[in-house]
Amino acid sequence: MPRSPKSAFNRTFSQGEHLIWLTGSALAVCLLMIAGLLFIVVINGAGYFWPHTLTEANVKDSGKILGVVTHTENFRKFNPTNSQIQTLARSQFKVGNRDVGGVDFKWIEHPDLSDRRQPADAVALEREEYGDFFGYLRAINEDGREVATGEAAWKRLLEEQPRAREIAKRRLHIQKVDIGEVNHAIQQANLDIKRAQRRFDPGAERDAAIAKARATIETRHKEFERLRAQANELQAAGQRFVAALVTADGKEKEIPLAQIVRAYQPNAMSTSAKLGHYAAKVWEFVAGEPRESNTEGGIFPAIFGTVVMTLLMSIAVVPFGVLAAFYLREYAKQGFFVRCVRIAVNNLAGVPSIVFGVFGLGFFVYFVGGTIDRLFYPELLPTPTYGTGGILWASLTLALLTVPVVIVATEESIAAVPRGAKEGSLALGASKFQTLCRIVLPASLPGILTGLILAMARGAGEVAPLMITGVVKLAPNLAVDGQFPFFHFDRKFMHLGFHIYDVGFQSPNVEAAKPMVFTTTLLLLFVVVALNLTAIVIRDKIRKKYRTGAFA
Amino acid sequence: MATIMTDPLASRPKLVINARRTTESSEDLAKRKSIIEAEGLSLSYGESRALKDITMAMRERVVTAFIGPSGCGKSTLLRCFNRMNDLIDGITIRGRVWVDGQEVFGPDMDVIELRKKVGMVFQKSNPFPKSIYENIAYGLRVAGIKDKRVLDESVETSLRGAALWDEAKDRLQESALGLSGGQQQRLCIARAIAIKPEIILMDEPASALDPIATGKIEDLILDLKKEFTIVIVTHNMQQAARISDYTAFFYLGELIEYDLTTKIFTNPAKKQTEDYVTGRFG
Repeated sequence: MPRSPKSAFNRTFSQGEHLIWLTGSALAVCLLMIAGLLFIVVINGAGYFWPHTLTEANVKDSGKILGVVTHTENFRKFNPTNSQIQTLARSQFKVGNRDVGGVDFKWIEHPDLSDRRQPADAVALEREEYGDFFGYLRAINEDGREVATGEAAWKRLLEEQPRAREIAKRRLHIQKVDIGEVNHAIQQANLDIKRAQRRFDPGAERDAAIAKARATIETRHKEFERLRAQANELQAAGQRFVAALVTADGKEKEIPLAQIVRAYQPNAMSTSAKLGHYAAKVWEFVAGEPRESNTEGGIFPAIFGTVVMTLLMSIAVVPFGVLAAFYLREYAKQGFFVRCVRIAVNNLAGVPSIVFGVFGLGFFVYFVGGTIDRLFYPELLPTPTYGTGGILWASLTLALLTVPVVIVATEESIAAVPRGAKEGSLALGASKFQTLCRIVLPASLPGILTGLILAMARGAGEVAPLMITGVVKLAPNLAVDGQFPFFHFDRKFMHLGFHIYDVGFQSPNVEAAKPMVFTTTLLLLFVVVALNLTAIVIRDKIRKKYRTGAFA
Repeated sequence: MATIMTDPLASRPKLVINARRTTESSEDLAKRKSIIEAEGLSLSYGESRALKDITMAMRERVVTAFIGPSGCGKSTLLRCFNRMNDLIDGITIRGRVWVDGQEVFGPDMDVIELRKKVGMVFQKSNPFPKSIYENIAYGLRVAGIKDKRVLDESVETSLRGAALWDEAKDRLQESALGLSGGQQQRLCIARAIAIKPEIILMDEPASALDPIATGKIEDLILDLKKEFTIVIVTHNMQQAARISDYTAFFYLGELIEYDLTTKIFTNPAKKQTEDYVTGRFG
């Protein structure tokens, strides 16, 4: 049959070349979006820890300004003298010194600025309170006496600051850990008294128990007094050295060295010194505790909380989902009812996550937690132990949220186990259960892990349900620590996702916290990728071991 | 031992019947007691009937071959003997089957015990993704045997029994999936004989293999027949002629003719059988 003549366009179309282009460009768009996302996050977040140059300038009508230029832009301004709109440039300065000047950031119009310079002796201080301080070091005072000025003062500051910091840390440790322990013991002893009153009838036994607890309280109280005295002593020691500083516009400020977290002269720093500073800041960010309502310092508790919560969720979701999938695929009689269950499970994946949060609050926190409290911690009531949001309930809520993913992935991978393998096993006299355990489960493990990876990716990034089941702004006490019984799954916890929201939109100093949002996002991405990579590596190992290619 | 014959798929040579067996007289065979019996067995998948009123008996320690065109129900019948059809939904079975005197579809039949007595080798070799050793030990392990000595011994005897020992003895701990197709099928046979069944069902065990591997499997079957009863489904008439003592010819779910292999291939009673074995159809 002669071929009907076709235009070049038709020929190309029928060969499907347009489809290659279409699919290719769709992929390209996806890749671009991912790259763009990473790029934006990295660009905005990575520069946060770099010691920026301090710029000093004269400002018309209001003296001098010293700070970091964070932004420069053009804007349109109405000029009242000639009734015209003119385009002007302005710069945003981060001026710090919240305790002196009140605001962290200032916009200055360029016509008002003159004589910009970068003074080498400008000092930047990171403090425990009130954010950064930018200014000049005048002198170092010891017990109220001036002991060094000028160049010598800076040297003295660098010498004394780590020591003062050490003292401050020791004081903090006593206040937090040691006194915390004593308080905990006293609390437990008080509970012992209550318990004794509930459990024993009045009599010798009860009196003995109460007397024992009272004695504990007595000794612990003494210990508490001793620790408090120690802390006070250290507090005084920390106040010994004080830095006398001047701001750019001439105001005096005295800061005890113990309150200075880090002191540096950014304009005098070499590149390697800046790199060192950067590395130290990154380390503090990853491993340190948050300060100043989370806008400064580290986010270790949030990282830890995210990881522990994700792991707890995985531990809960995998057995649950896998068992459900096995029942659905292998035991349930396929029919209308099972089809309904499948549809319901799939729809569960589309339910808004906050709905799961509300369910978690109602079921886990109030019902399950409340029951646990009534049964096992009656002496603590009305203070709830498990009857309030906590990492366990948040993890279980997320497990529920992600269980459809695991069920679907497991079902698919069970279905992909070759029939021949199952029949071979059954033909050898294995029971159905033995076949499932020894043949089907190992062969479907990679698929199950794929489900877990997807579940973790979803769970680690979820914030809304956590906000009502246990996440808090600040929880320095981790869910796993050295205090008996080491795992405290009733504790509230911090989470990177919530941290981003909190720092970015709930902190008193949103402008200062903006870069922190991006850095935390970057870290959240790292954590999720790290968790997933671990699971992927395990999956590949298993896949190699249980390669079923021969059945294909 | 026997030389390999011409490629069975090449143009049909003159049929060589019972070429590689020790000749047993038909009287000898007829004296053997029957171990599998089917009576009025019918089976349907939903609406379509796959087996129609099959009545036959298979004798102990002989090789019985099922031949017939595709879809004639021979595999389905085979799978009735160890109840592998249980796995398929929507199946109805009527009639009765006895294995070793026990009723297969009876209420007190323990399927697991039945399958230990009636081993099976499948068309596609299906070793588990485990080591060669574990593949053979599998049947014993699921039966609860943990003694390493017993397992070791069983692995060796089974591999020797399946003529695989010399090839596999140095790689027992390697994955079974690294074996060639023919070796994998012999491994599956070794796996089946490891649990010491009385009967081995073979569902076209050599159909996916090359002539050399096929030859090895056939030699093996002739060897195994001394100890086991073998029922083999095959598409290959020459194979049936070479290795079986009895042959059953099925067509569209019906048992057309069932007799000594020599008779089926030289002097069939039915026209349909003659047409099929001489290659006039099918």
